[in-house]
Amino acid sequence: MNAISASLTDSATMMRRSYRHTMRNPLTLLNAIIMPIFLMFLMVYVLGGGFSVGTDYVDYATPGLIIMTIGYGIGPTATGVNADMTTGFINRLRVMHVSRAAVLNAHVVATMLRTLVAIALVVGVAFLMGFSPSAGFPEWLGAIGVVVLATLAISWLTIAAGLAAKTPESAGILGVPLMLLPFLSSAFVPADKMGPGVREFAEYQPFTPIIEALRGFLTGTPSTGTTITAIAWCAGLSLIGYLWARKSFTKRA
Amino acid sequence: MNGSAIAASGLRKAYKDKPVLDGIDLDVRTGTIFALLGPNGAGKTTTVNVLTTLLTPDAGKVLVAGHDVVTEAKAVRAAIGVTGQFASVDNLLTGRENLLMMADLLHLPKTEGRRITDRLLDRFDLVEAAGKPAASYSGGMRRKLDLAMTLVGGPQIIFLDEPTTGLDPRSRRTMWEIIRDLVADGATIFLTTQYLEEADQLADRIAVLDQGRLVAEGTAGELKRRIPGSHVRLRFTSRPELDAAARVLHESTEDGDELTLRVPGDGGVKSLRALLDRLDAHSVEVEELSVHTPDLDDVFLALTGHGNKEVNAR
Repeated sequence: MNAISASLTDSATMMRRSYRHTMRNPLTLLNAIIMPIFLMFLMVYVLGGGFSVGTDYVDYATPGLIIMTIGYGIGPTATGVNADMTTGFINRLRVMHVSRAAVLNAHVVATMLRTLVAIALVVGVAFLMGFSPSAGFPEWLGAIGVVVLATLAISWLTIAAGLAAKTPESAGILGVPLMLLPFLSSAFVPADKMGPGVREFAEYQPFTPIIEALRGFLTGTPSTGTTITAIAWCAGLSLIGYLWARKSFTKRA
Repeated sequence: MNGSAIAASGLRKAYKDKPVLDGIDLDVRTGTIFALLGPNGAGKTTTVNVLTTLLTPDAGKVLVAGHDVVTEAKAVRAAIGVTGQFASVDNLLTGRENLLMMADLLHLPKTEGRRITDRLLDRFDLVEAAGKPAASYSGGMRRKLDLAMTLVGGPQIIFLDEPTTGLDPRSRRTMWEIIRDLVADGATIFLTTQYLEEADQLADRIAVLDQGRLVAEGTAGELKRRIPGSHVRLRFTSRPELDAAARVLHESTEDGDELTLRVPGDGGVKSLRALLDRLDAHSVEVEELSVHTPDLDDVFLALTGHGNKEVNAR
């Protein structure tokens, strides 16, 4: 019991720290939502009329934007984790016998909470723009589940990258693929409308099934196959991120 | 209290094929200040990392506070405090919050955490800055806060990795006073430094680390005695003159950047005259001559076969 309660106390202490970081640096939250909201305006009001996706375009694009928001929100996590590593903060904690789980878990939880707040804001804007999901209560739960799992996976990958990177700058760059990959998925245009090559890439990369699963829930037509693929991707990426983070954490003194 | 606070024998550590620590033996007595002196890249930080359980040694046995750093890391961690080379304070938190966070991580009761925080803020003259984010602190204040954070747990053995590197002379002196006070209160200090003056000022014992080996150990006085007498320093106006003199005086060591030559010798009138006669015989012009009694700089030069400066520049 002792080790577990000590770990929980430490996690709480580290989360309090992360909470203060976010509150004192509210720009990080603004950063996370400004790009997705801009993209929503661009896609829905400027370009969206040109795509025929079978539904209202805002209904089509919102799931993709929700997932994109995760990628835009994780920048501060990568640089923050890296700064902890390079300034000796993590070494200080290790010498104090603070559990490694506490340090990493606090970063994951803080990242997830910050991202979920950002997503809530983005969804709020989507509603103002006419987003009208046809999900019932169980579908909403499913949608939230997909979002949480995707955020968990991306958080762990980001933390691992932040731990492995040599400098905060290079840690920041590692987040760029997470911002760009959704553009090459079914976020804005169905994959089958894309050109050859790109289409195959879009179909097989993880963002497409994750976005499709979320879209399925929000439109009230969840597809079991896509949802299982999405869950598998999230679980796999979370595991890779977790193991990579643990390895970097142990290796770098 | 006469026990060993830190005892290491046959300590080795290599990164890939490159040995960083090549068989180190250390014995630090309780309640003393021990300085590990060496140029950049000598292995000082690696030594600290092994002694503080952050790195596992490849070979050798290390006891810190009587506990093995590999098999009893937890007991070692409970006895030590470490302040690393870079002030690892949380920039977005205030000084007070940084200290309270340490108290929380040590699982101290709230009231005790607050009491210790207030006492440390007062002791390190940080009361006024306590409510400001650490990002706004000067270099000296950050180091003080960093050290205060290390002291929250009341460690018996305190490791300071280059505690004054990058500080201005005034802050350096403040830090020295703080370190002396810690020992007066009964702590044992293990510090690394690349400043000979710092080791001379603070340490009861000094070990000189060079390329992963201890090349000397003793008190500042003992180390100085290892230098045979004084030396004579000759300054020249040009490089050719310097080279010509170096050819004549085989036993000398040259410093090309400063156009000077160090010649071992006691600086007595007789030996000085003989020295100048030799240079005259080869028509070498000396610009300036001075006689030096040994300081730790000379010790370093004599022990490592290269100057501290030369290694830093590499």
